[in-house]
Amino acid sequence: MTMTNSVKKQVLNMRVDESLVIHPLYTLLKLTPAAGESLPEILPGQFVEVAVPDAPHTFLRRPISVNFVERDSNRLWLLIRRAGEGTARLCDTPQGAVLNIMLPLGNGFTIPSDPNCKPLLVGGGVGVAPLLMLGKELQREGFEPAFLLGARSRADLLQIDLFEQYGKVYITTDDGSYGHHGFVTQHPLWEHCDYNMVYCCGPAPMMKGIARIASSLGIECEVSLENMMACGLGACLCCVENTVKGNVCVCTEGPVFNIKQLTWPI
Amino acid sequence: MANLSVNIGSLSLKNPVLTASGTFGYGREFADFIDLARLGGYIIKGTTLNPREGNPYPRMAETPSGMLNAVGLQNKGVDYFIENIYPDIKHYDSRLIVNVSGASPDDYAEVCRRLDPLQGVAAVEINISCPNVKQGGMAFGTTCEGAGAVTRAVRSAFSRTVIVKLSPNVTDITEIARAAESEGADAVSLINTLMGMAIDVEKRRPCLSTITGGLSGPAVRPVAVRMVWQTAKAVKIPVVGLGGIMNGRDALEFILAGATAIEVGTANFIDPAVTVKIVDEINDYCERHGVEKITDLIGAINQ
Repeated sequence: MTMTNSVKKQVLNMRVDESLVIHPLYTLLKLTPAAGESLPEILPGQFVEVAVPDAPHTFLRRPISVNFVERDSNRLWLLIRRAGEGTARLCDTPQGAVLNIMLPLGNGFTIPSDPNCKPLLVGGGVGVAPLLMLGKELQREGFEPAFLLGARSRADLLQIDLFEQYGKVYITTDDGSYGHHGFVTQHPLWEHCDYNMVYCCGPAPMMKGIARIASSLGIECEVSLENMMACGLGACLCCVENTVKGNVCVCTEGPVFNIKQLTWPI
Repeated sequence: MANLSVNIGSLSLKNPVLTASGTFGYGREFADFIDLARLGGYIIKGTTLNPREGNPYPRMAETPSGMLNAVGLQNKGVDYFIENIYPDIKHYDSRLIVNVSGASPDDYAEVCRRLDPLQGVAAVEINISCPNVKQGGMAFGTTCEGAGAVTRAVRSAFSRTVIVKLSPNVTDITEIARAAESEGADAVSLINTLMGMAIDVEKRRPCLSTITGGLSGPAVRPVAVRMVWQTAKAVKIPVVGLGGIMNGRDALEFILAGATAIEVGTANFIDPAVTVKIVDEINDYCERHGVEKITDLIGAINQ
């Protein structure tokens, strides 16, 4: 089962300490609570809902997965992809600005109980974001995580140096400009796979491909979904995913699901 | 502190702020953010006789100053509510109102009959205006006969306050309100969502799985205020106003238009503590304007 915590959800004003444009499409925001509050416990895989300030055409908060938590300096990292008008405004948030953030939301990835577990973390695009914190947590718990990260090209790889701190990194690029040429589903490591737990976050077709491979190899697999949502609290019932239990809210029952819970055709 | 208490039929509320069904879960989803006892009452998710899975994803599309939804009354049915949810929420010191939906007048009546013994259920809100279900729902809310038939059935099945929630997707909402009033409704609430549609032009596909959905948020507020104003003049029973209320000012707009109480809906998705802020803002307004009791403001526009 995925991890949950009983931490009280809250809304915090958070100041942007750093606003780093790490790619034309991606900004990394590092934030600390503006009034000096301590960040609540946040599990790898959980997400936040960020209000978009002064937005004339957007209305709802934007759900953003937690990229990393610097516990010692009480800092939250959000890696945001410029996907539309709302996220573009968040990407353009300057240092010193304050964002209104609701957190922590959803469940987290399972930290294995078996010390012999060999975890592989598979990410593509902005889906790599929650895997950084998960990698750190797995390493801290004594595991040796490996990462399989995909991007369109070498220039689109994100935070590789940071991932390398926590384990071996395999890379695929669609154009072959770095690492293995192809998709993460086509990497040779799958041919003699000695990993026995897969965590995956990325575009839906990629996650379905990975789920299919994991399922055929009999490997446990958790995926993090990013269904469109409004409230983030399980009230509006907009972000539902069809599961073996029927339609459930991704914001409260997820975003992390074991693929056995889903009704994907795999 | 101004006197903010209002009455909806025999139901007394400590203040006029309620939550709109389908935007506040069962209340407990918001308990981390607010003290529910500060609300006049909370109206919970639409409840039907049998469990409903609702519509397929995608069910939501953001639109200018609002959103479309097509949830389709996903809920686990009235018996599940009574056995598993009600015991967990009945202790909140606020008025619990259950929103009820059905595919036939008998359906509505049966749900209300099962809720009637639950003394913690202070009122039912009868949804004859859901635009997102194939059977029933809005079909009853668009004719006087349908609205009257459902109200009559429910009236005989539920002994406490009955509020009938009206659809704005009609030619003249006051006729429907009068039909509900004449069959014994204690109040009407309006407006449910306006039927709308959005298209993803890149994919040339509707944004919602159901193609059309219900529009809510500030985009609908002027329409809602107008309909509340018209309806409040047309009926003698209290009117509960809703539609895009984001703050105390917006709530007062409805009260001045003739609403006795108001419901906060879509705003809950953006600020989970918005309801208690609205209570405070209404009180601030009353103190600033020397208004001793909120009921003095109902319908009190100068013309």
